[in-house]
Amino acid sequence: MSDVNIPGNLKYTNEHEWARVDGNKVVVGITHHAQSTLGDVVYVELPKVGSSIDKGEAFGTVESVKAVSELYSPVTGKVVKVNDALTTAPETLNTDAYGAGWIVEIELSDTSQLSELLDATAYGDLLKNA
Amino acid sequence: MARRTPLNDAHRALGARMVDFAGWDMPVQYTSVIAEHEAVRNHVGLFDVSHMGEVEFTGPGALETVNALISNDLARIADGQAVYAGLLNEQGGFVDDIVAYRFSPERILICVNASNRDKDFAWMKEHARGVTPVDRGDDFAQIAVQGPKAAGLVQRLTKTDTSKIGTYRFAEGEVAGVRAIISRTGYTGEDGFELYCAPGDAAALWNALLTEGQQDGVKACGLASRDSLRTEMKYALYGNDIDDTHTALEAGLGWIVKLDKAGFIGKDALVAQKAAGVKRKLVGFELTGAGIPRHGYPIHKDGKPVGEVTSGTMGPTVKKPIGIGYVPAELAAEGSTFDVEIRGRAVPAVVVKTPFHKKP
Repeated sequence: MSDVNIPGNLKYTNEHEWARVDGNKVVVGITHHAQSTLGDVVYVELPKVGSSIDKGEAFGTVESVKAVSELYSPVTGKVVKVNDALTTAPETLNTDAYGAGWIVEIELSDTSQLSELLDATAYGDLLKNA
Repeated sequence: MARRTPLNDAHRALGARMVDFAGWDMPVQYTSVIAEHEAVRNHVGLFDVSHMGEVEFTGPGALETVNALISNDLARIADGQAVYAGLLNEQGGFVDDIVAYRFSPERILICVNASNRDKDFAWMKEHARGVTPVDRGDDFAQIAVQGPKAAGLVQRLTKTDTSKIGTYRFAEGEVAGVRAIISRTGYTGEDGFELYCAPGDAAALWNALLTEGQQDGVKACGLASRDSLRTEMKYALYGNDIDDTHTALEAGLGWIVKLDKAGFIGKDALVAQKAAGVKRKLVGFELTGAGIPRHGYPIHKDGKPVGEVTSGTMGPTVKKPIGIGYVPAELAAEGSTFDVEIRGRAVPAVVVKTPFHKKP
């Protein structure tokens, strides 16, 4: 299955976001599985830099030709960067979900939340059991 | 358990993503909605539309029986022609939108939406005066072959001269050795055919079209691209843009309502509405701000709710966020502006000329 592309160095959520931890910051995107399920992404709505978001809160949306999907934050914190390039090239989410398709960078309020995220093995199990 | 068309295995073999649609297990996409959409605009695409229903009226008086049920007029067309029409309720709203095929005044075949098969058949049985309708839904599979290369592809597989089959005309013949009704109809805005065949022949026909179509760049296309293609043409989708609460005149489908023909269900209401003036209209619009309009989003004018989006998408060919929705008549003219409320944001929109997609 082409859906199985789960880098070992990332953390994951049940809602198919990934998080790359770097000190007290995490870069967030959607997984290969998520973009594959969505299909061709044609629009991304990003939060404002400086806005505060709570873990589990919807902070943006990704839209395909057919459907709208909410983006849920894996952690609580402050948005320090957004990937503005997605506004003009939303298809990057399909072509490079784990790289150029990153969505936001969040500065963590509480690093202990990271332990609540899934590792690659647990996320792989989630997909298998879906 | 969702029902399966005779092409279910073929879809799975092609790696389609399957979804439940109106109780049917159908392909929503195979590889990419945009690639499938563009294949139909530029080359040719195949759609399994076997989930659609068919109802047949056979015998003396068939034409008159059907003509009293539908809004369009079978008496004005010749044998071998089809019409798009509404099955309307007493208020002039839609029970369904259908295509009626006139084989002869004594044989009419009606193609109905998958989501309305049971309802339509029950409604036709209840209201038919004269010939009794027969549910033929399980006797037909249907493959839509759509795109600028559709005619060439189908012609290479049949001895029937398809150049003689004009728009909304049909013929019976063989395609790839399979008995079929070859109908020059579709739901994409492109030239093409809808091929009706026996369910047992559907896989052979599908595979022959896919194989022969290689040289044309054929793609199997799912429901998602079918929806984006029809939205770019502002073709109505039952349950989205038309339903039992909006009349045919409000939907902008006055051209399929022949108010000057003898009585049909809904006629009186529409005559009265026409005389009184149509108060709300289905329009096509583009967003001028960021976002994509979607079914159910509110339409506001000066902060007040005035209507609702019935369909919307990012048009893959027009490359704009486009929508269809009901607005008050005073906001229906081209150039009128209003807001679409998207997740609490008022996004400006302007009414444009439709279809959104114009052929080059």
